[in-house]
Amino acid sequence: MRRDEPAWVRWALILFAWVFCGLFLVLPLAAVFGEALRDGWQAYLASVTEPDALAALRLTALTAAVVLPLNLAFGLAAAWCLGKFRFRGRALLTTLIDLPFAVSPITAGLIFVLLFGLHGWLGPWLAEREWRVIFALPGIWLASLFVTCPFVAREVIPLMQEQGCDEELAALTLGANGWQTFWRVTWPNVRWAVLYGAILSNARCMGEFGAVSVVSGHIRGLTNTLPLHVEILYNEYQFSAAFAVASLLSLLALLTLLLKKLLEWRLTRQRQGEPA
Amino acid sequence: MSRQPRTRQLPGFGLTLGSTLLYLSLLVLLPLAALAAKAASLGWRDFLAAAAEPRVLAAYRLTFGAALAAAGVNAVCGTLVAWALARYRFAGRALLDALIDLPFALPTAVSGIALTALYAPNGWLGQQLAPLGVRVAYTPLGVVVALIFIGLPFVVRTLQPAIEELPAEVEEAAAMLGATRWQTLRRVILPAVLPAVLTGFALSFARALGEYGSVVFISGNLPLRTEIASLLILTKLEQYDYAGATAIATTMLAASFVLLLLINGLQAWAVRRGGGEQR
Amino acid sequence: MVVSRWWGLGALAVLALGGCGPEQTRDAVTLLNVSYDPTREFYRDLNAAFERNWLESQGQRVRVLMSHGGSGKQARAVIDGLPADVVTLALAADVDSIANRSGLVIADWRARLPHAAVPFYSSIVFLVRSGNPRRVRDWADLLQPGLQVVMPHPQTSGGARWNYLAAWGAARLDAAGSDVAARVYVQRLLRQVPLFDPSARAATTTFVQRGLGDVLLTWESEAWMAVAAFPEQGLEVVRPGCSIRAEPVVAVVDRLVDHRGSRALAEAYLRFHYSPTGQRLAVRHYFRLFDERAVAAADRDRPGALRTFGLAQQFGSWAQANTTHFAPGGTFDQLTRPASGATW
Repeated sequence: MRRDEPAWVRWALILFAWVFCGLFLVLPLAAVFGEALRDGWQAYLASVTEPDALAALRLTALTAAVVLPLNLAFGLAAAWCLGKFRFRGRALLTTLIDLPFAVSPITAGLIFVLLFGLHGWLGPWLAEREWRVIFALPGIWLASLFVTCPFVAREVIPLMQEQGCDEELAALTLGANGWQTFWRVTWPNVRWAVLYGAILSNARCMGEFGAVSVVSGHIRGLTNTLPLHVEILYNEYQFSAAFAVASLLSLLALLTLLLKKLLEWRLTRQRQGEPA
Repeated sequence: MSRQPRTRQLPGFGLTLGSTLLYLSLLVLLPLAALAAKAASLGWRDFLAAAAEPRVLAAYRLTFGAALAAAGVNAVCGTLVAWALARYRFAGRALLDALIDLPFALPTAVSGIALTALYAPNGWLGQQLAPLGVRVAYTPLGVVVALIFIGLPFVVRTLQPAIEELPAEVEEAAAMLGATRWQTLRRVILPAVLPAVLTGFALSFARALGEYGSVVFISGNLPLRTEIASLLILTKLEQYDYAGATAIATTMLAASFVLLLLINGLQAWAVRRGGGEQR
Repeated sequence: MVVSRWWGLGALAVLALGGCGPEQTRDAVTLLNVSYDPTREFYRDLNAAFERNWLESQGQRVRVLMSHGGSGKQARAVIDGLPADVVTLALAADVDSIANRSGLVIADWRARLPHAAVPFYSSIVFLVRSGNPRRVRDWADLLQPGLQVVMPHPQTSGGARWNYLAAWGAARLDAAGSDVAARVYVQRLLRQVPLFDPSARAATTTFVQRGLGDVLLTWESEAWMAVAAFPEQGLEVVRPGCSIRAEPVVAVVDRLVDHRGSRALAEAYLRFHYSPTGQRLAVRHYFRLFDERAVAAADRDRPGALRTFGLAQQFGSWAQANTTHFAPGGTFDQLTRPASGATW
């Protein structure tokens, strides 16, 4: 027996979904590309291949390359201890991992300034050794790590929890060591979720604006990431250039969505296929 | 979901817990401790003075008010969208489903300038709205619009699985017992998805409290009117007013933490009520 | 296994992208100039000229790096460790903050360059829409009912402090030195302001690109820049009857240049501001000069005649002006506080 609403309700709801999402999701995206191409393709290409834009692109890619492996390692470690074990303080630890997700990015930047700024806790000590954190690459990496640290862990913890320890225990009983168990038994079960978290964390990392803006110092060609470069161009009346660079980031976002969709499809197939 | 008691027979507990704690302490706890210590060094009176001056209070009011309004709109509209996505098959459904996550993936600065380009008085939508006397950009309404954009996926993504996993038998039983569709909706479906709606609402609200990038471009930053708390933290910071910045940041942080605990509690409640599997 | 090959490829791609990293300036010496917001276009030209000049005279390739933002924000960043060799800021008070709070700049910095380290000055003028539809001629015209004035926020933008002080000073002069009258004028003026952007450039964007407001209160140099950048809008610059002499300043960050060994370069860079080339470029970007003889007749007095008053003349010192007007609880806070409880 189908549990459907009357046809008019159904169509009204579908129409509503399209209009609402069109208004709030599609239109902004269209605005980015529309404004980016306002001065034509040549201007578009010129603004995305200009040296400062390329430097920003490289910095953003470098940041992602630094942040992603750390996030993966942390996410897996956190998921292992939180997903496979029960212990006192587990709920608190889970909330703690979620915390960066709810902290305002400005606060995220502020805390690193308080810590590493010239007058912060560690500032004088760092200055003596001439280590720069704030207004240099490490500061950008730290801020990005802070805002992205929940992503992988959040995706993998529930999955590990759901899958329990039976398979791993069986492998151990059969004489496998810890690493073998992890790579042969656990990893195949969680790898898509890990990749899923990695994609989300990567998107956030490449797009982070507030936190990075506080710690970057905005030095053109040196500490300017792509989102900051968008803001700079926007502030220099170079609107179509700003939107051109923004369109690069939007393409990246669309690619993220595509990968995410593929993975979700893969994950559901895996879930339907395997545990039965 | 089968959940057997965890025994510590698996290896690696010490290693992973240790490294997780170390990593979190260095990256999250230590910096937040610096914030707390700075706030504590103010003393109660100064802290209260900094955290409760009129301009700051207005910023809280706007931040919480707009976040609440946006989360409310999202809870209602997001539920309808999630319902359409979960229950119906229609042209472009897969595309729409993928698009829902756009605000997750799009950098906030990009959404900020895009929304401003749309809603400014000379923008695509702003032009249409201006004759009606509706101004969006540079008003509290603009803040709400940006926060709706940011928060939408949280509601839809929390609700979708909950709606999909509603047991069919209950609705059928209700129908067979003579309930109208409306009664079934009100008495059976709504109570079942309520925890998910609340969780989505809370997630969207929590995210909106801290949002910065997409709001600053569209809000106009008028003190007492369209200045959000995050921006005020930055403003204070730029005036060397570390005490003020810290006080506001600490207050907002406490609010976020309480919200997170609430969300985790809600999710546990949802699981207990069998409202479907939670992520 | 298919999957591991994917991962390997992905890792390779990431390494290839990331491996090159931000381009380091290999053979060039760098100099970081931390500046305020509306000098972007000026410094693009000045830096190119200086880099050429330094290569020709010293045979050394130099690259001037720029960081722009609200003046107060930039000073804060330098205090917190942004490694600036020189600062070129909108307010002397911001450089004083760096000197007082961090000791990075030695306190006598104003004595070391001509005109108290002010290489050129500007003023505060009105930018109005095509044809000046509201007939704005002088400060009093800004109070017309329903007229909207756009300006940045005095607590983050140096330009906005000059705006505020220009309005206060002009009203005070008009009322024979009465601060009470000036206060009433500024209070009414602030009611005409629909929004405060964080920086001068952001305010210009709001006015020009977003079409908000009838009058933009801004740096003279910034106003002309906007006229030139948006010829299709027909924006017009209106010079009020009198306005403030807005004096941006330049300073070497002593502790940093001594540490890096870049003092000679940094000082030469600042002196270059005072050179005929530097002065000519300043006039091209609509700054005003203390000595017009430095430039060719064609370039002289580009912005047009304007009666100006100095900060010292009306407000004493920056320290006094800041305490009275911009510190928490100062006149700006008092005047923007809502009369009744409701705010929105």
